[in-house]
Amino acid sequence: MILARGLRKSFGDFEAVKGIDVDVRRGEAFGFLGPNGAGKSSTMRMVAAVSPVSGGELRILGMDPAVDGPSIRARVGVCPQEDTLDTELTVRDNLYVYGRYFGLPRKEVRSRVDELLEFVQLTEKSGSMVEDLSGGMKRRLTIARSLINRPDVLLLDEPTTGLDPQARHVVWDRLFRLKQQGVTLVLTTHYMDEAEQLCDRLVVMDKGVIVAEGSPLELIRAHSTREVAELRFGVGEHDAIAEKVSDLGDRVEVLPDRLLVYSEDGEEVIAKVHERGLQPAAVLVRRSTLEDVFLRLTGRTLVD
Amino acid sequence: MAALDPPQAPGLSTAPTNLLSGAARLFDYWAILYKRTWKGSAISSFVTPLLYVVAMGVLLGGFIKGDPAKLDGATSYLAFVAPGMVAAQAMTTVFGEVTYPVMGMIKWNKSYFGMIASPLAVSEVILAHLGFVIFRVATTCAVFLAVMAPFGVFTSVAGVFAAFFVQLLIGAAFATPIYAFTAGLKDESAFSLVFRLGMIPLFLFSGAFFPISNLSRWMEALATVTPLWHGVDLTRMLTLGEVDWPLAAVHVAYLVTLTLAGWFWAVRRLSRRMVS
Amino acid sequence: MLTTSVGRAAASPVSAGEATGLLIYRNYLAYRRGWYIFVSGFLEPVFYLFSIGVGVGQLVTGFEFNGQQIPYAEFVAPGMLAASAMNGSLLDSTFNFFFKLKYNKLFDQMLATPLTTLDIARGELSWSLLRGGIYSAAFLLVMVAMGLVSSWWAVLVVPAALLIGLAFGGICMALTTFMRSWQDFEFVTLATLPMFLFSATFFPITAFPPAVRWVVECTPLYRGVVLCRELTTGALSWGSAVSVVYLVVMGLIGLAIVRRRLDALLLT
Repeated sequence: MILARGLRKSFGDFEAVKGIDVDVRRGEAFGFLGPNGAGKSSTMRMVAAVSPVSGGELRILGMDPAVDGPSIRARVGVCPQEDTLDTELTVRDNLYVYGRYFGLPRKEVRSRVDELLEFVQLTEKSGSMVEDLSGGMKRRLTIARSLINRPDVLLLDEPTTGLDPQARHVVWDRLFRLKQQGVTLVLTTHYMDEAEQLCDRLVVMDKGVIVAEGSPLELIRAHSTREVAELRFGVGEHDAIAEKVSDLGDRVEVLPDRLLVYSEDGEEVIAKVHERGLQPAAVLVRRSTLEDVFLRLTGRTLVD
Repeated sequence: MAALDPPQAPGLSTAPTNLLSGAARLFDYWAILYKRTWKGSAISSFVTPLLYVVAMGVLLGGFIKGDPAKLDGATSYLAFVAPGMVAAQAMTTVFGEVTYPVMGMIKWNKSYFGMIASPLAVSEVILAHLGFVIFRVATTCAVFLAVMAPFGVFTSVAGVFAAFFVQLLIGAAFATPIYAFTAGLKDESAFSLVFRLGMIPLFLFSGAFFPISNLSRWMEALATVTPLWHGVDLTRMLTLGEVDWPLAAVHVAYLVTLTLAGWFWAVRRLSRRMVS
Repeated sequence: MLTTSVGRAAASPVSAGEATGLLIYRNYLAYRRGWYIFVSGFLEPVFYLFSIGVGVGQLVTGFEFNGQQIPYAEFVAPGMLAASAMNGSLLDSTFNFFFKLKYNKLFDQMLATPLTTLDIARGELSWSLLRGGIYSAAFLLVMVAMGLVSSWWAVLVVPAALLIGLAFGGICMALTTFMRSWQDFEFVTLATLPMFLFSATFFPITAFPPAVRWVVECTPLYRGVVLCRELTTGALSWGSAVSVVYLVVMGLIGLAIVRRRLDALLLT
């Protein structure tokens, strides 16, 4: 569905995407993970055929965006990071006029609008102004709008950023249904739980390049241990204690309030810590998550 | 959701075949928007011209001698100022429509970004928006002309109709360049200057209220290069029924050139802004 | 670790004078970067004066005012001064005030401090008047330079313009508190445009039939225009005193309503 080889994007001297290879297959949910400024959104805009490619090769549905931009956009659905809904129109009118942009006949658009309102649970709000919707409703409306042309590929740029937990789950639920119906989903996110929930395969991007690729499980296996033991000691003791337990796991990380020991068996780590006469104030053993992988690969330093 | 299944169902969704067919897809958008907002400006678009005609044309005009030699050939100040005010109205309508509203669609509610994520191209989006602006010019100027008709300032029906179409041309000549200007602006702070140092001086010194020969020589020369003067003079010729054909041709050529230059500039500026 | 020192100085109520000063200072900060907008605002009445007063004036023979024959530009100039005092004040007390009230929630933020609603109304109005005063003084200089002033009384048009600003500012701010959306501002235009055009700004009141004339004489802008014209031409009369009282009363009524309305709107 989407094929990129050595894909680049630069803005003046700044290179946002520095040569990436991506293959997205029909029917899968594919994720781009990465911190802010990793180049995810630039990549998405190129795939949506609204941003010219600076270098490398890109094919969407077998077409070249430089030549067939409008034809590609006719078959792709886009749910942008920031809502671009028309605040002066009602919910229904937003969907209706958008459908018309795709050259769909009025009658066809009307029936699709009804279906989609139902699908995103906004039928009762169809006459409301966009301004009066909650953040979650706006997001669902944006998703509905991106489906009006029955796209082969749906591009979602940070679909749940800024939503409350309930609203996120509703969005996930809808996206999951689309996936079941065979729609190819491509999404960017910096929420690890979102990536684990939705993505069959994903790439981790950092500073314009792909640093890891695979299914969530494969990534955890490759870049982290099976379990993590979290140990809390008194304030200021962590650095000294880290030295003493450094041999217990594959890797030890010192945080201001706790130590993280990455290991295959967390319980065993705890037992050994106690054997060495150390008395942590609290312990917790958990499974490794994508978040561990993510922080391992892209670092804990804040990127803005 | 049986209808969404299979998702690759018959793709009726297509790319537009040309500029016009693309812009035409935006017709429903502008129609719905207009249906929602026309009431907001309906009263003032009727009352404003009426008030100006009565105050400046009839009442102030009562103190001005109808000397054709001093009034570019008009036999009353009312007949002189009426066409000037129509042309000025065409201009002010455009200034209102292609500044803040365009900025809004680029920057505040970002509707344009939604549009170009569909198969529509930037030029199609611009053409549709400008089409709406010209429609607004057409309605306000038609109302203006209709309001003035009972005051007996028109010499022929054909002249009035010709004058109406000239208003659309004036509208286009202002719309494309100012649109282009707006398309490249970072924020709206320049607009108050555009209105105060651009629109108001044009409104006041382009021969709408007094013949530009009353200006000092260099100011008069400056006035003859402004698009509004060309529009005012052309409109006045038509409503007074005294057409100087070669000069009229110059006016039309000037306005058409400005429209086209502005169009290409607008497409370039907005494309650079939105597709980067 | 960052530690923040907790301020010991207890917040004390701010006096009315201080509060007004603070609000003016806040607006000064906000406007500092837009100084060119401030300057360009002054040019508008000057453009009108040159266009209508001088350009159209060449077509008009001149009017009689309070018994004197005066050139058209001299007739129009004080009218423009009064009208621009009204327009400036209107802009601040309607559009700008509405924006601060509904959109950037500036007043909510101010009321979270020891400032009161009366402080806000007074501060906003003072700022608006300060701006209007500077504009009128500059416009008066333009008039002097063009030889359109024939009496020392003209010095008083600056306070007269402030009075016009106060009268319209108070009432319009009060009306703005009742507005629901931008669409309602249509009515502001519908009320002010006729005043601008028919308050003897561009032609003498004798152009109207007696009945209409009586109505026009009761409108606030007409009182302002005539007051300014009497001052710049030196033709003062008892009517001038009536105009002053009229505008003062109108301003005070406006302020009283704003205060109540702001309490109702913001302190809920």
